[in-house]
Amino acid sequence: MSLKQISVFLVNKPGTLRTMTGVLAANNVDMRAISLAETREYGIARIIVDDVISAVDILKEADFVTSVNSVLAVEVPDQPGGLNTLLEIFAAEEVNIEYMYSFIIGTESRKAGMIFRVGDTSSAEPKLTARGLKVLSQEDLQQL
Amino acid sequence: MERYYQEEIECASRETIRNIQNEKLVKQVRHVWDNVPYYRKKMEEKGVTPDDIQSIDDLYKLPFLSKNDLRTAYPYGLLGTDLKNCVRIQSTSGTTGKRVVAFYTQHDIDLWEECCARAITATGGTNEDVCQISYGYGLFTGGPGLNGGSHKVGCLTIPTSSGNTDRQIMFIMDLQATILCCTPSYAAYLGERMKELGYGPDDIPLKAGIFGAEAWSEEMRRDIEATLGIKAYDIYGLTELSGPGVAFECSAQQGMHINEDHFIAEIVDPDTLEVLPEGSEGELVFTAIDKEAFPMIRYRTRDICRLTREKCSCGRTHVRMAKPKGRSDDMLIIRGVNVFPSQIETVLLNNGYAANYQIIVDRVNNTDTLDVQVEMTPEMFTDNVGEIADRQRVLVDGLKSMLGLKAKVTLVAPKSITRSEGKAVRVIDKRKI
Ligand SMILES: [Zn+2]
Repeated sequence: MSLKQISVFLVNKPGTLRTMTGVLAANNVDMRAISLAETREYGIARIIVDDVISAVDILKEADFVTSVNSVLAVEVPDQPGGLNTLLEIFAAEEVNIEYMYSFIIGTESRKAGMIFRVGDTSSAEPKLTARGLKVLSQEDLQQL
Repeated sequence: MERYYQEEIECASRETIRNIQNEKLVKQVRHVWDNVPYYRKKMEEKGVTPDDIQSIDDLYKLPFLSKNDLRTAYPYGLLGTDLKNCVRIQSTSGTTGKRVVAFYTQHDIDLWEECCARAITATGGTNEDVCQISYGYGLFTGGPGLNGGSHKVGCLTIPTSSGNTDRQIMFIMDLQATILCCTPSYAAYLGERMKELGYGPDDIPLKAGIFGAEAWSEEMRRDIEATLGIKAYDIYGLTELSGPGVAFECSAQQGMHINEDHFIAEIVDPDTLEVLPEGSEGELVFTAIDKEAFPMIRYRTRDICRLTREKCSCGRTHVRMAKPKGRSDDMLIIRGVNVFPSQIETVLLNNGYAANYQIIVDRVNNTDTLDVQVEMTPEMFTDNVGEIADRQRVLVDGLKSMLGLKAKVTLVAPKSITRSEGKAVRVIDKRKI
């Protein structure tokens, strides 16, 4: 039940990120999570939204270059060392993490979640669920 | 089956072509001597008189003309006939300020349009074709030249001129245009737009395109051919000589046939000005042997290319010129290395980038810098910074091996580089020397 993440190419110019958030806001796109990767010349905004297809269309319309790929959204156990426990399982299952970032699950529960970009999403997912981890789907996200 | 506009002359024997050239050259040199004091003075300075020119073998004795002469003689100094015999001017921007203004008698217009008609026919064009001309009309020779050629062939001519892309597409689709004439960068842009609108190559009625007035690469040709579903033909010309149609491509797409009954081509060493043997690369020099109003003798084009008289599969016998490697006007000297924008374009297209780029040359701490700005495309973009960096590195390596020079590659936002609806601005040279 992997999630789709949208990556957006941003040139290093003041206001580029704001232009992107502005376009999304104007079209009532709700961002569930965002992280920014940057180099000296450009940045990549990685975002999680409810309706991926329409968000991509909206961004394309505004002349942004985007790329969509699968990521895993995993609930972090609500206990001390929760993230550590999670990463131990990844290590034990030899799931290679390219990058990750956190987000808040839901408005009520305020549980923490992590978005993981791994080498092979489809083979990693069953390994993690077998270990009792909760991997969120696009539907889960929409119901939060 | 190959079509010709004037088979008898286009496929004439080499001997016939030589005889035509001999006769016209002798006459033209006499005409210039009598009517163009500027050139007569040049001949006198070299100690040459019309009597010394008995055949094309004597061509080498004549002095050259260059852009510089056009500037000095501006506007009427090279005029070969009374202004009252002239019916038109065309003009192009010179590289250093002064515009080039070329004059035409009706005879000159006719021979120019005839050359363009040969080019259109060589793509298979007949009076059953619908020819859309998206070159600029006006002072620029592109529109008027192809327009006249299209009329001569008898095509239904759509004079859209450049710009207003969506209207261009409307005419192509609604009037079922079969031949498109424009700059290659505009053809690429039109193709991109049509793709965006959901037209595939099979939906587009076009079957041929005649693209010139700009440097373009084989990769760009393949790109345009695939997107528009056409065969793309190159055409060559200079306002100084008439305009497009001085040379044109045939079905073989192996170089452009020079209309030798109107123009004599030579390849010279740009430094020593010595005539080079056939097949050598050098500067292309033209003598217009049939023009009345603007009779250029040994005009240096600044285009670097080579000629071949090898037999062409299309049946035409006129000499072929390779696509110029670059105009020495476009040529940049960066850290002592000659760089042509077309070389950079080739590397970009080879690596899957769009042909939309800008070259920025600057001088930092007494060293020239070359920055190639490329628009990010969906095909090139991933969520992974490392992968993008790898692709950038491949491009830098590709440029290094093509140019022998280290360039910086900067990825910029899509559509941020000014799109060309006429001639593209590819180079920004910030060096203040
Ligand atoms: Zn041929």
